[in-house]
Amino acid sequence: MKKTLLLLFAILAVFCAGCGKKDSPNTLTVLNYGKYMEPKVLDMFEEETGIKVEYEEYITPENMYTKYKAGAIDYDLVCTSDYMIEKLIQEGEVLEMDYNKIPFTENLEQTYFDFSKSFDPENKYTLPYFFGTVGILYNKDMVDATKVDSWDILWDKEYSDKIIMADSVRDSFMVALKRLGYSLNTSEEEKLREAQKLLIEQKPMVYSYLVDEAQDEMIAENAAMAVVYSGEAGYALEYNDKLAFSVPKEGSNMWIDSWFIPKSAKHTENAEKFLNFLCRKDIAMLNFDYVYYATPNIQVKEALDQELQENPTIFPPKETLDNCEVLKPLDDETTMKYNLYWKEIKSAD
Amino acid sequence: MRNLKRQLLAGPYLLWMTGFILLPVAVILYYAFTTTSGSFTFLNISSITFSVHLKALILSLKLALICTVICLVLSYPLAMILNGMKTKSQGFIVFVFILPMWMNFMLRILAWKMLLSNNGVINSLLGTLGLPKLDILNTPAAVVFCMVYDFLPFMILPIYNAMARIQTDTIEAARDLGAGTITIFFKIIVPLTMSGVVSGIIMVFVPALTSFAVSDLLGGGKVLLIGNVIEQAFMQEYNWNLGSGLSFVLMIFVIASMALMNSWEDEGRTGVW
Repeated sequence: MKKTLLLLFAILAVFCAGCGKKDSPNTLTVLNYGKYMEPKVLDMFEEETGIKVEYEEYITPENMYTKYKAGAIDYDLVCTSDYMIEKLIQEGEVLEMDYNKIPFTENLEQTYFDFSKSFDPENKYTLPYFFGTVGILYNKDMVDATKVDSWDILWDKEYSDKIIMADSVRDSFMVALKRLGYSLNTSEEEKLREAQKLLIEQKPMVYSYLVDEAQDEMIAENAAMAVVYSGEAGYALEYNDKLAFSVPKEGSNMWIDSWFIPKSAKHTENAEKFLNFLCRKDIAMLNFDYVYYATPNIQVKEALDQELQENPTIFPPKETLDNCEVLKPLDDETTMKYNLYWKEIKSAD
Repeated sequence: MRNLKRQLLAGPYLLWMTGFILLPVAVILYYAFTTTSGSFTFLNISSITFSVHLKALILSLKLALICTVICLVLSYPLAMILNGMKTKSQGFIVFVFILPMWMNFMLRILAWKMLLSNNGVINSLLGTLGLPKLDILNTPAAVVFCMVYDFLPFMILPIYNAMARIQTDTIEAARDLGAGTITIFFKIIVPLTMSGVVSGIIMVFVPALTSFAVSDLLGGGKVLLIGNVIEQAFMQEYNWNLGSGLSFVLMIFVIASMALMNSWEDEGRTGVW
């Protein structure tokens, strides 16, 4: 009998170990995109401030939303994309940011706060982290470079089975909508159906639908073209000099990934310290070297050599940006339409 | 007292079962029959009749069936050959079959992706030999191929076990009574290994039907199985109700296929239930 009691206690002990939520003031829980911060930075922050960072990653903004809404973890600081932030602001999930406590905000160029106004109209909730565009990463040996200035090339039969499309609802629809000359934020059913028709027509020519692996496939020369974010293109260019990047003339999507402090935050002060740390020149430089996306940090940009500063893949020129739109969140009904249409594309023959 | 002690030994499993099987199923059922605002609905269940979902379900059933048949056709003769070998080498061969299972499932799928890709190992090998390229990556064929590769041991092992249990006396007796090789095969070996075949079929068909990782990675996002639809409902659409409803429908299919297989089996000794 004694033994069975012991066994029961042991089991209870194991169960209870997971029960009590520990909440020490010297921690910070961060949620960020995958591969979006130099790992060293976290250790350096802990060393300097004694604050322990619990770091979590996700793949798409929709995944982030699911993780956040599940409510199992109280995140203190989250980085995500424009339209998702706007959605969360509308839902009242975002706390106002006290920029006075983040003095290094001055390192960030005002232009990007202006761009941020499209999702944070009064600039009171967010701090820009990286930004860029969406375009076509192509292999100069396989593709006629004169044609990549238009999305039309993604429907060119000549490149059948050599095209990688984005495995993300909004990005794929963006390509089709822009090719048709529509806004990428449209909610008109007719236009969406038209875009869907185009994407279904394109499906037999698509090699695969990918997000993060697209750059690896392009580096390995498994495909001729891929729809990717500018930052990924910049990364791929470093590994294979046959590759080039173009943002088609019909226009594209400009995205800004920003930090915000969610309502679930328990350590707001630590979050502010961390944001300030991220804006500091040396740390922002480390992150830039690691992520290789366009940074709004003027100190970092000015420290780079001229050639890199003028690299259109990493730092999109103003003309390109003027031709781009920022994604806006869709209402529930339109989101459902998008999801259904996307599934219909995916299940089409 | 003694009896109670014995029952207590099942305690840990009981806890495990309630916490990780029964409760989650109850939660799924709750979500499946409610709307986002919490009111009762059949809509999540009936949404399986949407043409997209139906198409995905039919494709899943089709691929799972093909995969099961290929596994069975490969495994049965193999188990027979294995059974006919010396005991020492038998152990080694079985070990070789189980060996890939020591590696992570995802890693194996990713390895196949590398092998099968346009400029992958297999294609460059074929290229140097002057043979045409193998273009199966990102097609349903690649998905079936990888599922067969992954689930084959689950078919071989139960059949091999059932076969190893057949007493040689039985076969010798049949021979004494004048039965030919073909008669022995159909009248003795097949009926006596049926239980193994049935468990093999269940163990391959069920995971093949519900899989989504293989189709995601090797289908290049072009092969939409019901598992992918459910995953998307949970991860992308934040529609747990729809995901649960479809999971529930899938559960019915799984249970139905298991019941069907078990009704086939006489006096199941190695049956799953």
